[in-house]
Amino acid sequence: MYTQTEIIKDTTVNGSEGELVINVGPQHPATHGVLHLVITLNGETIKKIEPHLGYIHRSIEKMCESLSYRQFIYVTSRMDYLSSHINNLGSAHCVEKGMQIEIPARAKVIRVLMSELTRIASHELWLGAMAMDLGAFTPFFYAFREREMINDIMEETCGARLTMNYMVPGGVMYDIHPDFQQKVKAFVKQFKEKVTEYDDLVTNNIIFQNRMKGVGILSKEDAVSYGCTGPVARGSGVSCDIRKIFPYEIYDTVAFDEVLETAGDSFARYMVRVREMHQSIRIIEQLIDNIPEGEYQAKTKAVLKLPKGEFYSRVETARGEFGVYIVSEGATTPYRIKFRSPGFSNLSALEHMAKGSKLGDLMATMGTLDLVIPDIDR
Amino acid sequence: MFLKEYISDVYNGVTSLLKGMRKTGYYFFHPKEIITQQYPENRATLNLPERFRGEVVMTHDEHNEHACTGCTACELACPNGTIKIITKFDVTPEGKKKKAIDTFIYHLELCTMCNLCIVACPTDAIKMAQNFEHSVFDRNKLTKKLNLPGSKIREGVE
Repeated sequence: MYTQTEIIKDTTVNGSEGELVINVGPQHPATHGVLHLVITLNGETIKKIEPHLGYIHRSIEKMCESLSYRQFIYVTSRMDYLSSHINNLGSAHCVEKGMQIEIPARAKVIRVLMSELTRIASHELWLGAMAMDLGAFTPFFYAFREREMINDIMEETCGARLTMNYMVPGGVMYDIHPDFQQKVKAFVKQFKEKVTEYDDLVTNNIIFQNRMKGVGILSKEDAVSYGCTGPVARGSGVSCDIRKIFPYEIYDTVAFDEVLETAGDSFARYMVRVREMHQSIRIIEQLIDNIPEGEYQAKTKAVLKLPKGEFYSRVETARGEFGVYIVSEGATTPYRIKFRSPGFSNLSALEHMAKGSKLGDLMATMGTLDLVIPDIDR
Repeated sequence: MFLKEYISDVYNGVTSLLKGMRKTGYYFFHPKEIITQQYPENRATLNLPERFRGEVVMTHDEHNEHACTGCTACELACPNGTIKIITKFDVTPEGKKKKAIDTFIYHLELCTMCNLCIVACPTDAIKMAQNFEHSVFDRNKLTKKLNLPGSKIREGVE
């Protein structure tokens, strides 16, 4: 980790003629958080990108070692705060795996519904922010209009808008709100009507297409070797949807397609996310009228004690594969927890994608990576 | 061939821009479809859902009685050390000692609204309130005493 003066000193010693080092971030409107990129430029061409991390490191993994198996779940919503439901689900899932708790069918369906709503909300926010990075301000409000409906649904059922802590080991914290089904149906209806607006405004816009196509190309082999997951890898044609490969909850019984694009450029990653929203709507439509009756939470002991051993579970968040690895010594708190967050691996591919391109294209490349910095730093 | 491509590029560019502008213009002339809320002005009509997590409160009935037995289940469930319960021993008319709460301290500045204390409470003594405007000038004001002065435990709550 360099300090600011060391970076300057470093470049005066090692920087060759005609090279310019600039710092993008940690406070920069296009980085969506405290990401610090040290970029070496030759004219306007990027020669090197060095991400400096740690500005929002809260040592969540270490914190979790002192929290019980019920308590540590709420911290995971502070990592990838845009898909907090799915993070909570992955953590609760790992505990259930260790305890061998059987989850009621109703809880499973509610969990999947909430996960898909979160995925849409996350992609909506990304779409707005992405368009704003490229200079279009209007799509931001249009995307937030639909996202607001999901937030209202979450507020009613879970009690919070962003960091829900709704998934608990054994099921969900509360039963769904009586208005839940009706509100979700209203959302699905509005989404289907209004989604053409995004196409008119953003997707078919010639300026947007020219800025996205052929920018930040990531080949299939590189996507695999950098460990990219989620829409970033699927934009390069890597089939990596955890919901398809290792189905959890009831994803093996619902019909949906894994979205794949082969171009590997920024526009392909954009299209993956837009088409993924439609697939999520498809899942919601299948399940919303078929929520089985019954318990929403399995009976669990007051104090959870995982047996001695190692447990791993993975889920597909809006950004890629999220893994939870718990080492238990048989006590009430975990011995060690490791989170595999999708953002970290996706960021590592940034230098490869942006090298040789212009500085202006970096924003398009970085935007389609959909980075959430607390998820990278943890 | 080049000229044809150039003209079609210009045509496509202009039409795609006009399409976008038409959408924007539609909302300009349809102000009823605007969904933004004028927040500080609409305080009176703000309708927050029942489960919304604003702050932890202890419910008291009209006789100034609460349902908290001082079992400290919420204190143990809290991941941040937000709740501290100080207990005392009341002497009943029969001369028996009975455990009761003296002070229920709630540190709002440490609370993350995870709802685990509410779920853990066996007597539903505490609940989440909808008040979300917590800014104060002094940090000490965020440390609250939840049981009202002179309150006691409701009859029959064990």
